[in-house]
This record gives sequence, structure tokens and C-alpha cells, in this order.
Amino acid sequence: MTRFFQYWLTQDAIVIGAFALVFFLLRAGAKNERWQRAWLRLKKDRTGMIAFAVILIYLGLGALELLQIPDPTRGSRSILDALTSGIPNERTYSAPLADELFGSVRGERLEGRHLLGTDVLGKDVLVQTLKACRTALIIGGLTTAIYIPFGTLMGILAGYFRRWVDDLIQYIYSTLASIPEILLLVAILLTLGKGLGTMSLALGVTGWVGLCRLIRGETMRQSERPYVTAARALGQTHWKIVTRHLLPNVMHLVLISAVLGFSNIVLAEAILSYLGVGAPVGTSSWGAMIDSGRTELSRDPFVWWNITAATVALFGLVLSLNLLGDSLRRAFDPKRG
Amino acid sequence: MPTAPLLEIRDLSIHFHTENGVVEAVKNISLKLEKGETLAVVGESGSGKSVTGLALTRLLPEPPARYVSGEILLEGRDVLKMSARELRGIRGNKIAYIFQEPSTSLNPVFTIRNQIAEAIKLHRPEVNDIDTEIVKYLDMVGIVNPAQRMHDYPHQLSGGMQQRAMIAMALSMQPDLLIADEPTTALDVTIQAQIIDQLRELKKRLDMSIILITHNFGIIEGIADRVAVMFRGKIVEHGETRSVLSNPQHAYTKALIQCIPQLGAKRRRLATIDHAALEAAG
Repeated sequence: MTRFFQYWLTQDAIVIGAFALVFFLLRAGAKNERWQRAWLRLKKDRTGMIAFAVILIYLGLGALELLQIPDPTRGSRSILDALTSGIPNERTYSAPLADELFGSVRGERLEGRHLLGTDVLGKDVLVQTLKACRTALIIGGLTTAIYIPFGTLMGILAGYFRRWVDDLIQYIYSTLASIPEILLLVAILLTLGKGLGTMSLALGVTGWVGLCRLIRGETMRQSERPYVTAARALGQTHWKIVTRHLLPNVMHLVLISAVLGFSNIVLAEAILSYLGVGAPVGTSSWGAMIDSGRTELSRDPFVWWNITAATVALFGLVLSLNLLGDSLRRAFDPKRG
Repeated sequence: MPTAPLLEIRDLSIHFHTENGVVEAVKNISLKLEKGETLAVVGESGSGKSVTGLALTRLLPEPPARYVSGEILLEGRDVLKMSARELRGIRGNKIAYIFQEPSTSLNPVFTIRNQIAEAIKLHRPEVNDIDTEIVKYLDMVGIVNPAQRMHDYPHQLSGGMQQRAMIAMALSMQPDLLIADEPTTALDVTIQAQIIDQLRELKKRLDMSIILITHNFGIIEGIADRVAVMFRGKIVEHGETRSVLSNPQHAYTKALIQCIPQLGAKRRRLATIDHAALEAAG
């Protein structure tokens, strides 16, 4: 039982906290007139709703893998593990729905049938793909939760206050931007140690620069507009002007960056896995699956199911996020009826 | 004992420090405004009239702006010596603004109701029923069907309606002084007349002082008690509206008045202002 709590407290508590925060924000937003209208519009947008449903499925799979239940033999295991425990392991590769081991001369029988075949260690590819949802969502979600608020805030502060605030923030991000990104990522990961949390932190540290620049420019443009002067003439505080007047007017850029950034992050995870500083050994991730697929493709006959499964899963998530991002932008646009 | 006037500007100079040197935008101007009085500040663009208006609550960005000399006394207290907190206290509460471009002075992502509510919550926290209050002021500025229109976004309103909403927002804070900075410039002529009529009526009804900043001598008659003419950062003429209009003293004032097109007048070229001649005359 102690291990059960330890596991909860160390790693996944942050992720659950992050999701709780999103849930809380959505609930607070539900009372807001503007969000209600956006939701009504989003409900009529079929593409957006399909994308939303697909993302919910991914989230559900991630949650199944994330949530641990006590297990008599190993302390705890995920719900997804428990559900798929009936699927047997093979000795090595097997093609989808094959009866025999891949490339086997003697025609060794398999323990069971596998919809998407098995990987080099004989694990079911479908199960691995589903388990990797958690890794992608944690990396993507945590990194987004780190760099989006930070980059947005820094960008708005730099664009609104200008002068020494702008100089300071520009100095920091120019320094970060002058270091080759991969080198910086590897350096941070090697210093802090491998792990999903540190990887998110590293990606967040390198990722906020672009967003910050974008938001800074847009804020400069927006704060030239008379409504900001009008807000000051109203006697509003700087903080209120930043949060109430500037933030909503740059939010569409934040939303689009967040959604597009998500796919970059999942891809960056694959690159880091390739360099050996990615997801810890034993964690399934699409990046690692695609990376191992590289060598498998050169076999004859080639092993295509591993890389295909991971790519399709990744593609589905990224496409849905992009479509949902588009729909959200349209739903929040006040210029539409 | 005579009480202090609502607003008194003494010897105010404002400079802008730019990369190309110092621009003297306002040079040693002095003005006085009593409660309930309306003052028109007239001048062409670049004459320093808007800068003066913004300076009254220190809204100019500093730098580049610098208040070189003078004081701005609001009920006897110098605005230029106030802390940021005190300034926020007078902005909106004592002095409210209406700007030239209603379409960009309203925040595009919020409804009218939302924006007026912000102003009321900020300066009149004692108001409980905010919606009723908003409807009252929107009705006062002549918006038809205010209970419904207040849920509109700025882009759903016409220019005239937007400006009325801005005026309603300014009035909802119950200021002592309303600064209308070119309130009709972005609007077409019929709407201009309506807005000015509206301001005139509101001024009577609410016993409020107004500073009307404009380049158009045509609109001030009948609303302004006094007029100050600004030229190149200086006040070149100052007096009762009627006497200035009928008997202008300064060459620039004469030139400005000549620029008002007269309906039914003999056809001629529209007058323009000859800066070189004015320069030579001093």
C-alpha cells in the first residue's frame, strides 16, 4: 500500500493536478457569457465536435494507463494493463493476424492472434500504441502547461510595459534562442536526469521563446489601439489591463500556438528518444516506436506494423488537435454572428 | 470665500523627447474651468489640443512625454504630483474621456454591457443592480432598445451607436468633467449633429463640465460657453464663444473660422490656412 501512494505522489500527481486545473478553468469559464456562446457555436461545428470526440478518446486511453489500481503481485498496475493482461507475449516479431512467428522457418505457432502484430520483444503492438497515449499526453500536456502561461505572460509584459521590462525579457529569450535547441535540451535532461517530468520542463524552457516573441509583437500592436488608452482613462490598474484587455485579444494566438505546439512536442519526444535521452526505458512512446521502426524497415520482408501503428496514432491526435484548434478559434471569434 | 475652480491649468508645458530631438507640443498654456461650464479647445491637428486633454490625467506615455513646467489643479490638487494610485482614483471617477475613434476605443472582444459594467464596478461599487444602471445610461444617450443592444459586441453597432455607447460608459461613472476628444470626427455629418445635440442636452441635465476638443469651429456654437484656440502648442485666443466667433482677434482664428463652409454662400474655393503668412505675422 505504501508503494501505491508513493507512485501516486511522485509522478502522476502533477499530471492529475494539471488536468484538475484545466477542469477548474473550464468550469469557471462555463459561467462566462463569452464561453457559453463559443460552446453553443462549437456544438454546431461538426468537424470540431468529431475532433473533440477523438481527443476525448485519446484522453480516456491516457487516463486508463495513468490510473493505477493495487495489484497483489506487483504493488500496482494501470487499469489498461489489467484490462489487457489476457493478451499473451510472443518471443519476437509477428505479423498482424499471423498464426506463425515472423520469418520463422520451422513455422512456430503463436500463443495468440494479434491485430497489429507484435514487436521485437514479442509485445502486442496495439497494446503498446494505446499505452503510449499516456506518454504523449503527459509530455504534451505538461510541456504546454509549463510554456504556454509563461510565454504568454512574458510576451504581454514585454509588449505592454516596454522599456527595461522588454529589454530584460528580450535578453533572456535571445540568450536561450542563441543556444542550439537540441544541445540545450540534451544538456538540461542530462543535468536533471531522465524522466517525463524533466523532459517536459526541458521542452518548456526551450519552447516558450517563439510564443513569447509572437505575443510580444501582437501585444505591442494591440496596446497602440485606443481601447487600451480608454481602459487607462477608466482608471484601470496595469494588471487588469494586461489580464482583462490584452490577454483576451492575444488569446487566439495562444490557442493556435498551443495546438500546433503540441504536435511539435510529441515529435521532439521522438527525436530525444532517438538521442537516448527520451522517455525512460520501459515507457512506451510513439517516438520510441517510430525510432525503432527505422531499423525494422530495412529487414526483408520489412516490419511495417510497428511504425504504422505509432504514426497513425500520432497523426490522429495531431490532426484532431489541429481541427479542434481551428474550430475553437472560429467559435471564439466575436466577428461571427 | 471663492472656492477653487474645478480645473485650473497654470503655465503647462509638455515636451516629447524623440530620436529626432525635442518636440515642444504644449507651450506655457493656462486655462480655467468652473463647474458646469463647457470649454471648447479648437485647433488643427498637431496644435497640442489632444496632448493637453490626455495630460489632464497623465495619460501620455512617459517617456517620450515630459511635463516640463506648470501645474494642473483639479479642485486645488496638482494632478502632476499625484501617485499612480491617486491618478487611478481620478481617472473615470472625476475626469472621463470620449475618444475620436469609437470603433477602436471599445474592446472588440467584450459586449457593451460587459465594458460599461467594468466602469461601474470600478468607480461605483455601491451599485447593486448593474444591468438596470447600464440600461438607464444607454437609454439616456439615445440608444433604442437598450436592454437588448447592450448584449451586442462593438462591431455589431454602427459608428454613431458605438460613440453613444462610449458616452454612456463615460457618463455611467458620473464624472465631474467629461473630456470629449474629437468625438464626432470619425462620424458622418448628420450623426455629428446628433451627438453634439446629445452632449448639449446631457450637460444641462447632469450639470457636468465638458472640455470639447475639436478642429471644427462649426460644431461648437451652442454648446461651448468659452473657446480657447490653440496654434502650435500655444493658446492664441481665449474668450466667450460668441464674441470669438463674431469678432476673432488672432489671424489664425480668423483663418479657422473662414474654413467653415457656409450653406447657401456664394460659390467659391474653400478657404485654407496659409501657414507661411501666419508665421511671418507671428
